Amino acid sequence: MNVRTQVLLWAAQRVSAAVLAVCVLVHLVTIIYAVRNGLSAAEILGRTRGNAAWAAFYVLFVAAVAVHAPIGLRSALAESFNWRGRGLDIAVLALAVALAVLGLRAVYAVFT
Amino acid sequence: MKNDFRARNHPAYWAFIVHRVSGVALALFLPLHFWALGQALHGEAGLESFLRWSDQPTVKLAEVALVLLLAAHLTGGLRLLALEFLAWRDWHKTLLALAAGITAAAGLAFLLNLT
Amino acid sequence: MATLRVSVWRGQESGRFQEFEVPRQESQSVLDVVTHIQRALDPTLAYRFSCRVGMCGSCAMTVNGRARWTCRTHVDKVAVDGRLEIAPLSNLPVVKDLVTDMTLFFDKWARARGRFRGARTRRDDFERVPPDSAARRLADAAIECIGCGVCYSACDVVAWNPDYLGPAALNRAWTLVNDARDTDNRARLAAVAGDAGCHACHTHMSCSERCPKQLSPTASIAGLKRATALAALKGEF
Repeated sequence: MNVRTQVLLWAAQRVSAAVLAVCVLVHLVTIIYAVRNGLSAAEILGRTRGNAAWAAFYVLFVAAVAVHAPIGLRSALAESFNWRGRGLDIAVLALAVALAVLGLRAVYAVFT
Repeated sequence: MKNDFRARNHPAYWAFIVHRVSGVALALFLPLHFWALGQALHGEAGLESFLRWSDQPTVKLAEVALVLLLAAHLTGGLRLLALEFLAWRDWHKTLLALAAGITAAAGLAFLLNLT
Repeated sequence: MATLRVSVWRGQESGRFQEFEVPRQESQSVLDVVTHIQRALDPTLAYRFSCRVGMCGSCAMTVNGRARWTCRTHVDKVAVDGRLEIAPLSNLPVVKDLVTDMTLFFDKWARARGRFRGARTRRDDFERVPPDSAARRLADAAIECIGCGVCYSACDVVAWNPDYLGPAALNRAWTLVNDARDTDNRARLAAVAGDAGCHACHTHMSCSERCPKQLSPTASIAGLKRATALAALKGEF
């Protein structure tokens, strides 16, 4: 991977971090609010089903996390296991795709 | 030669450990979280049966840990963004104290609402 | 007279600690202790020092697990129960006893393009740099580095990622990025970017914690992260 791409990965992780900062704050408040009377599928789905605003929020959330987490794991894997180069980059890219697919599937599941 | 804990024992290093451990743990948890929400594809009952499984005390305990990890990664990450992007000199330890405080508050709020 | 029990590293990468008893004196520095051992107890002990007054950066060692400049470190400040443990700097190959091979450390300064390159000749007038300009202040904050290697030795990223340029070389590059006279910045920013450069830094702040001159290489590296990211986005490298 060339140096310019490495720098852009760093920048992408910081930009996604800034997006996540807002998303996670909303998520934490929602979690703490939602567990007040115990969790139930009816309550969760009542909030999310057919609600385009929540769906848009969660799509953004999933996109940001699919960018953010794999870049962080790339550093952690390189530093902990001395795993570097093309193999690592492909593995991390696959992880990003997997997180995005799983995440969007979950958003779709609670929206419809 | 290699450094041992004596070289690493200072607040910013501990903040790094918390950030790395929480980041890796959250990344490992995410697929599980997405899978669980995906149970709603099988209708409300699918999600409901998972939620009833999650009522076990050990799962609730794990949830408290997850909320703490998420809050710690959020506040620690905001601290890092401030250190990397803002002009700073002397107040970085104040940031750390703030991050720890907000994390503890979030964990406590979750715990109090659970019970 | 009170004595100090001192464990000193002997050998190379593989070696062991050897115990010495050194008379305790008032205002004794760790370098005084090492010098006493070499002159009075065991002349085969190898160590490195020069100025003895905190200017030259030769005498850094690991004292009780932490990298320090030994000439300006009082025994009072670091001895625990009358004991000291003295080892060579971490993250550098050991030549013998307390002496490390600093070659890679200084090669990385060169790789970070830590050399000033100007455009003026002796026939030109001096460049005027206002002392209170923003860039001059940023350079001032980082300029007092004595090249002792304490930060490099304290940094875990150096250990985890052997290509990483390290705090001292990056701090030096940052002073030149803020030098209005320097003409090499485009190449310098490319040289200090990416996985082996400033973007590998995790803000452990061990460098800033241990720097004997109280510099903050972490702040310099943060400056480089922003400057290089901007250059990369503009397509300058």
